[in-house]
Amino acid sequence: MTDLHLWLIPLVPFAGFLVNGLVGRKAPKAVVSAVALIGALIPMLQVAWVVWNYHALTLPHVENLGTWIRAGAFHADFAFAVDQLTLVMLCVVTGVGFLIHVYSVGYMAEEDGYWRFFAYMNLFLFFMLTLVLAENFLLMFVGWEGVGLASYLLIGFYYTKDSAAKAGRKAFLYNRVGDVGFLLAMFMLIAHFGSLSFSEVFAKIGADSALQGGFLTAIALFLVLGATGKSAQIPLYLWLPDAMEGPTPVSALIHAATMVTAGVYMIARTHVIFDRSPLALSVVAIIGCATAFFAATVGITQTDIKRVLAYSTVSQLGYMFLGCGVAAYTAGIFHLVTHAFFKALLFLAAGSVIHALSGEQDMRVMGGLRKKIPVTFWTMTAAVFAISGFPPLSGFVSKDEILYQTFISPSPAGKILWAVGLFTAGLTSFYMFRLWYLTFFGKSRLEQAHLDDHGAAVHAHKDTKLTLEAEPAHGHAHGVHESPWVMLGPLVILAILSVIGGWIGWPDGLWGSNWFGHWLGAGLGTSEGAGGSRSLEFMLACVSTAVALAGWLVAHVMYYAKPELPERMAQSLRAVYGLVKNKYWVDEIYGALVITPVLFIARYLLNVLIDRGVIDVGGMAAGYTAQGVGALVARIQSGNIRSYAGWLALFAALLLAASYFGWTAHFWVR
Amino acid sequence: MVPIAYYLVLSAILFSIGVAAFLIKRNIITVFMSIELMLNAVNLTFVAFTRHWSQVTGHLQVNGQIFVFFVMVVAAAEAAVGLAIIIAVFRARNTLAVDQIDLMKL
Repeated sequence: MTDLHLWLIPLVPFAGFLVNGLVGRKAPKAVVSAVALIGALIPMLQVAWVVWNYHALTLPHVENLGTWIRAGAFHADFAFAVDQLTLVMLCVVTGVGFLIHVYSVGYMAEEDGYWRFFAYMNLFLFFMLTLVLAENFLLMFVGWEGVGLASYLLIGFYYTKDSAAKAGRKAFLYNRVGDVGFLLAMFMLIAHFGSLSFSEVFAKIGADSALQGGFLTAIALFLVLGATGKSAQIPLYLWLPDAMEGPTPVSALIHAATMVTAGVYMIARTHVIFDRSPLALSVVAIIGCATAFFAATVGITQTDIKRVLAYSTVSQLGYMFLGCGVAAYTAGIFHLVTHAFFKALLFLAAGSVIHALSGEQDMRVMGGLRKKIPVTFWTMTAAVFAISGFPPLSGFVSKDEILYQTFISPSPAGKILWAVGLFTAGLTSFYMFRLWYLTFFGKSRLEQAHLDDHGAAVHAHKDTKLTLEAEPAHGHAHGVHESPWVMLGPLVILAILSVIGGWIGWPDGLWGSNWFGHWLGAGLGTSEGAGGSRSLEFMLACVSTAVALAGWLVAHVMYYAKPELPERMAQSLRAVYGLVKNKYWVDEIYGALVITPVLFIARYLLNVLIDRGVIDVGGMAAGYTAQGVGALVARIQSGNIRSYAGWLALFAALLLAASYFGWTAHFWVR
Repeated sequence: MVPIAYYLVLSAILFSIGVAAFLIKRNIITVFMSIELMLNAVNLTFVAFTRHWSQVTGHLQVNGQIFVFFVMVVAAAEAAVGLAIIIAVFRARNTLAVDQIDLMKL
């Protein structure tokens, strides 16, 4: 068995983090970028080497570096493992991660805190690679928490901006809620199996076919709670749109391609538990489907380019959950991979647009950029077509696989979920083309906005608070310009991947062989797709393509042919439009139902009553008592030697009397 | 043969006089002398008991007498140090009244 030195894969970015974090402040930017890029490149090469050695491996390939925690019979090890699923995640994380590092060198070139940014990015890679390589729940949890930390640090990168600091806090707190679920699931696993190792737990479940539902459902549901926090699903999805306060490469890497997919990865990794609990699977499917639909509807009305993409990410993550929820884990992971390509591309291209417009993020003042930034336009076009689900691009292949698996799933709600998913696909196509038309077509509205002294946009800012403020360092004004090639290079590579990335899993129904699905399915030990047929798959593919086309057509009419139409529709459907535009008031509902009571309890019950009322007063009372008694007793020390002698004589006499009459409280009885 | 109780009563009277003098007198020299009185009251008890136990057991008991020598040595040392302190205090404060030497109060 070959030794792959898996521990080096996460440790190299960690070394990059240490170097940049400790001495990066003084180092020139070239050195900082070199350290960061090497920290991202070496893991990628290592993963390539693992892939190169693939046939020499017996999967799963486990490397145990020693025991971390030992308590009685329970032990948790520093164990890393590679199997098909991990390999897929490793390729995505290191590949997309490296491309985004390269892009960041151009995008962040003029920012303060350049070294800080790259230190955090390398830190993120360290934790993410730990997460996917971990062979037990505990080590995975380390990575799970760590990526949350890196995410918090990077969302709050512009820490002088209040909204960014708040967004970072919000993301962190939402993730904590999910982490409670993960922790409880781990405790239950220890209680029932005495182990947290994936192989041991899954072997024990596999050996006992009587284990169905029951506590496994509870474990699975706790895991789902953790996954909804990390992957921004209902009910914990609200942090992700706000996370767009971070720099755009962060949105691409953490909040689109890798970290937010950790929940999907976790469900696929623990699918043995989910397979035994139809209830938990249904919950996953319904959460995914509902999230996909709601996020897509919100995405339609957003005007900030990054927020549209954020809601789109939430929606696509919903698709992945839907795939996992109908036990089509390979389809979910497949969509994870293709989504990593085209959504990272979308964010990076949006970053390029923002860069070109010197920090402008509001789509209402964009327009007509097609000729001015052609490379960005063409790469983004590839991504828009991919996410909208046009064959033969990657998004079509993976999304269709999910919808097909949903349709043929034995669960009674399968057809309904499929219908909602299909409708959502149309919505996806609509809002992506809306973004496409508003940004790149029509007449440029930039001059108009600048003539009005940013009037319309600024008013919109204040009225709706839906748009994010421009990123500070990009605020300097100069003309529309294409980005440097260090940014465009990753765009082109990701565009190629977005086009051809889906071909590894080309479906059976379209004369393919779904190599990816079978290969990954063999690794996961799942079999799926029973009950379908090639002709059915072909038919469903045609239907979803038609739906995507319809979405494009509607967007074309509304935002290209008749640009005045959306305004009138918003007027006539004012109530619905307001509801959706304000994101169904979910933030406000949570604020009233959760945050206000918690703050009330914290401020009045815990602070005023317990903290100041009980603890502070208790402390003061103890202090004053000691002081009072001390003042009283201090009077004995008068300095008069005869009074000392008097006390001494008195107590000596008492002692004498007591020892003569005996040490009893009733000595006078004698 | 004088019974032991006589010695003990005398010793108690001497000790009480010492204590009373210690509490009442103001002059440090007198206070010092009252301490000596108390020490010697105790010495008398030691010697009396030595004799008493020698008679009771029929063997010569010398423990008490040895202890008396210790007390005498310590008392001599104490007298030397104490008188030196008294002279130093008198030079500094120009008084020997204990009531006026009370600087170490709170």
